[in-house]
Amino acid sequence: MIAFIKRYEGLWLFTRSPAAIIAAIVALLSIMGAAFAPLIASVNPYDLASFSLMDGLLPPMWEEFGISKFPLGTDDQGRDMVSSILYGARLSLIIGLSAMTIATVLGVGLGLAAGYYGGRFDMIVMRIADIQLALPAILTSLLIDGIARGILPSEIQQDLRVAVLTLAIALSLWVNFARTARASTFVQMQKEYVQAAIIMGQRPIRVMFVHILPNILGPLLVIMTVDLASAILLEATLSFLGIGLPADSPSLGTLIRIGMQFMLSGEWWILWIPTLFLVALVVSINILGDFLRDVFNPRLR
Amino acid sequence: MLKVKNLTVKFPSRFGDITAIEDVAMSIASGEIHGLVGESGAGKSTVGAAIIGLLQAPGFVADGQMTLADTDLRNLTAVEAHNMRGKRISMIFQDPQTSLNPLMRVEDQLIETIQAHEDISSKDARARAVEILEEIGIQNASERIKAYPHQFSGGMRQRVVIALALSTNPEVIIADEPTTALDVAVQSQVLDLIKELATNRKIGFMLITHDIGVIAQVADRVSVMRYGKVLESGTTAQVLGDPQHPYTQALLDSVPPLDRKIDRFRVPEEESNPSQKDVGNHAERWLLEGVMQENVGLKVENLRVEFPGVRTSLWQKPDSFTALHDISFDVKPGSILGLVGESGSGKSTLAKAITGLVNPTAGHMALGAETLPPGKLRTRIHPSRQIVQMIFQDPYSSLNPRHRISAILSEPLWLYGLVNDGGERRELARAMLDLVGMAPEDLDKYPHQFSGGQRQRIAVARALLARPRFLICDEPTSALDVSIQAEMLNLLKDLHAKFGLTILFISHNLAVVRQMSDDMVVLRNGRIEEFGRAQNVYQNPKSEYTRELLELTPVLPTTWATK
Amino acid sequence: MTYFILKRLIQSVFVMIAVAFLAFSLFRFVGDPITQMTGVETSIEDQERLREELGLNDPFVMQFARFTGDMLQGDFGYSYRTRQPVGEMISSRIPATLELGIVALFISLLVGIPTGVFTALRPRGFATQTILMTTLVGVSIPTFVIGIIFIFLFGVQLGWLPTFGRGGTVQIGGWESSLFTIDGWRALLLPAITLGLYQLTLTMRLVRAEMMEVLRSDYIRFGMARGVPMRSLYFKHALANTLVPVITIIGLQFGGVIAFSIVTESVFQWPGMGLLFLESIRFVDIPVMGVYLVVIAFFFVLVNLIVDLLYVAIDPRLRVKDTS
Repeated sequence: MIAFIKRYEGLWLFTRSPAAIIAAIVALLSIMGAAFAPLIASVNPYDLASFSLMDGLLPPMWEEFGISKFPLGTDDQGRDMVSSILYGARLSLIIGLSAMTIATVLGVGLGLAAGYYGGRFDMIVMRIADIQLALPAILTSLLIDGIARGILPSEIQQDLRVAVLTLAIALSLWVNFARTARASTFVQMQKEYVQAAIIMGQRPIRVMFVHILPNILGPLLVIMTVDLASAILLEATLSFLGIGLPADSPSLGTLIRIGMQFMLSGEWWILWIPTLFLVALVVSINILGDFLRDVFNPRLR
Repeated sequence: MLKVKNLTVKFPSRFGDITAIEDVAMSIASGEIHGLVGESGAGKSTVGAAIIGLLQAPGFVADGQMTLADTDLRNLTAVEAHNMRGKRISMIFQDPQTSLNPLMRVEDQLIETIQAHEDISSKDARARAVEILEEIGIQNASERIKAYPHQFSGGMRQRVVIALALSTNPEVIIADEPTTALDVAVQSQVLDLIKELATNRKIGFMLITHDIGVIAQVADRVSVMRYGKVLESGTTAQVLGDPQHPYTQALLDSVPPLDRKIDRFRVPEEESNPSQKDVGNHAERWLLEGVMQENVGLKVENLRVEFPGVRTSLWQKPDSFTALHDISFDVKPGSILGLVGESGSGKSTLAKAITGLVNPTAGHMALGAETLPPGKLRTRIHPSRQIVQMIFQDPYSSLNPRHRISAILSEPLWLYGLVNDGGERRELARAMLDLVGMAPEDLDKYPHQFSGGQRQRIAVARALLARPRFLICDEPTSALDVSIQAEMLNLLKDLHAKFGLTILFISHNLAVVRQMSDDMVVLRNGRIEEFGRAQNVYQNPKSEYTRELLELTPVLPTTWATK
Repeated sequence: MTYFILKRLIQSVFVMIAVAFLAFSLFRFVGDPITQMTGVETSIEDQERLREELGLNDPFVMQFARFTGDMLQGDFGYSYRTRQPVGEMISSRIPATLELGIVALFISLLVGIPTGVFTALRPRGFATQTILMTTLVGVSIPTFVIGIIFIFLFGVQLGWLPTFGRGGTVQIGGWESSLFTIDGWRALLLPAITLGLYQLTLTMRLVRAEMMEVLRSDYIRFGMARGVPMRSLYFKHALANTLVPVITIIGLQFGGVIAFSIVTESVFQWPGMGLLFLESIRFVDIPVMGVYLVVIAFFFVLVNLIVDLLYVAIDPRLRVKDTS
């Protein structure tokens, strides 16, 4: 068993790093919790009938007036905090993961092609990336949101909220992938195995995806984790600003926005519990990202 | 003066401590050039690094003594060690490009070094720096000293590096592969310079190299290393003329001679597997089937390749750079044509033009009776894609690190529709591995599990599995140790003999080309300097350039060889 | 070299035009300007007349040309919400955001670079590990949370610093600055630190990675072999080579600073462009959104251009031709 672990350097380093292990556990628990939210949570925060104002503003279990039915208390509407967090995390993760996937596919695809074909195509892709970069992430997201608001009739606006948000975040993230993929592809193009494949007469698609792609995955994986964290933070920020998900289908960011109203009035749990959860989740993802970065770049250890 | 005894260096790893060098002993007197020769991984650089105290962490000196005159080098404090570096011992590295700070002018780097050890004004330091530069052969030193490193050519840069090492007046200089990255002519000059400095300034040199010819040219004494141990040591004449250790003997046997062509090299333990007769036969038969047709030759006429220049000004159109001017030559069917050229001669561009990676600006190429479509006009499915195969220089990048050998070898089989059944492909691939001297079990491994020499064999197998008629070998042995090179050349010779392939063999190493070719072309700055039967070119070179190249190539003097 | 500068200029102009085009498309296609500007009572004929007058029936390209022409002359249209000229609205807010951004950037560089160098020189020290862990957590906390925490701690609990507004401001020419009063600085401090924190961690990590890379290069090793003092090797040779690529990132960082200023301004109610933009989103005030876009892109492109020029000035390999 130990020999097996030692064989894969990455695995061995993982077992030596307590931080990475804890992070992985936290991340895993969060994801599981979020995924199985409907099964675990006692309350469905979206279902207006499942909670009542009478239960509102109850503190967590260990405080005076707290009850075990609501282990972490309730908010002003009477929703159970635990359930809210689980469902909120769910939304945050869905949006984060989807956005990251779209950004990855788009960015890596364009980056690979730009690196492979070079010339005009490369120039065009880079110009588009430049323009995208001139508009930082939050800006792009807000703009897309604003545009959607202006274009779509208000009935379907609500339903498309999640999609619009995902698209907005994805568009702000793809450039990172594209640049890195492009740079890595340039390096690989100089390698002889690529030249051999081209000389032999392989199809370009095959050269790009079967030959080059497996060799540039390293840095891309790192960016994927970092961008996942960014996507989640971005969504939280947007929700906090009121542009993201609304109060009746809240994500973690929305919960924090709601909680801020109670910051000064003493119901601290409505604010700090979602905050803590969000931070813990993102920190875990970032620790794992850092860990991956160290694995792929041994010189930084 | 510099004495080393029982030196042992270890590197801790997750598998325990790895011994890099063990029980190494040597001595260098003042004014003496001591060559440390060995193949890659022998530990030569580690010896140098240990002596000067610059071992890469986490390596450590586990045992041994090192003394320079009266100073014990091993038990110095960090401060003492630092002071000693430069003042008494200095070191120069292989790549002059990365050895100099690209952001600082040469004069600043020189002055800084001088002032680090002496209390001297900047004006005086600069004067001294100019003196040194002139001494090592840089003309117009007082002007050139103001330049940045990237403004010097490779050879000149290495001279600047040497000047920097000299400026502190050390007693010993450790030179780690100082000429490996340089062209033959430049290498010769730098070696002469080192000899001069040793004699005139009484500096002791430890010359670390893998090239025995270099040792023969300038070293007074030599130590041979392998697997971290010194196997043999003595004066150069002794060791090279009458080697005692079997490894040394075998090593010397692997060096390709310049003056004659030998049939086959004798090699130290073969890295390859003795062929299991039955397995390899399958591949042999299969290949021979493809040979039933006639041999093809390559005809190149008036080939010209120009690259557009980089724009640096708005109004002026940039000059285009001509890599190849009007190249014409023939590769006769079934023969081996050797193409010799130094860096910048255009040999790689030529290979790229023939394989279609580069678009020629003018000229004509023909494979056998058919015209070879140039560059972009050559479609992916053109028959030449199968007939012409290439073996590349760098075994560490010519195989896709993420593919298994089985996948790499099967590619030509299904791409060209040669074998349509997956099981059959596997069998054939196995047989081919055996034919090139690898074990059939290697089929399911990954490239990183093999050494450089083994990888090149796999590359040959891949090329052969396309059933080619024309093979281009682009510096196939330049990245290999000399003994592995000998094995590789043997393999190529065997294959050529058996299957009658037409081969274009490209290299910068004249001795290697001598061993392989029937005909020869010498390329310089994109033009053909000389062309003819190899034997004639080597014995009676017509062009001045060829003559010079032949003279400057470091070789083992035949007077020493007792065989 | 002049060609290089010219090329960059043309690229910048191209980017600006593209952004202007985006902004213009916003104007034209999102919502109907006429219905925004007039009420429900206006008759159809009047609306049509207005359309004609404003030239909204002209061909696309012509409208775009007019749009850019107007912008270059300083006419940015009118806000749907407040009916005021957008140009005035935005320009009155620029000083607040710029000051905040520059101070934040300054803080991030002032703390980030030395810390990065320190952690590179002592990679295994306890201090380094702590710093790395702290920055990791710092990067994971959203800016607005940091802002909230600061407000809570310094504003509410300790009451040391104001939690909203700019404090005392001084008019210099057309520029309303808060840098010249103690009061102004007290108000600037929390938002600037909040804004700068994220950039700080990025800078630190970048400097650290670059420096560790540089420290392994041959010329450093050669310097050690020649006995050049370590201090000189670290702070003259290594640092210079490290900073060169770091400078190029500053352009991107500035963009990040401006972007995140939206959040910070929201949390601290700082009256800058970001806050204006947020409000315009809420009310779908297209003119303001569009112009904000153009202004941001302009700053970004300008800073990047300057950084590129700096880069050329510093790296001799780009300045002097390679004669090898």
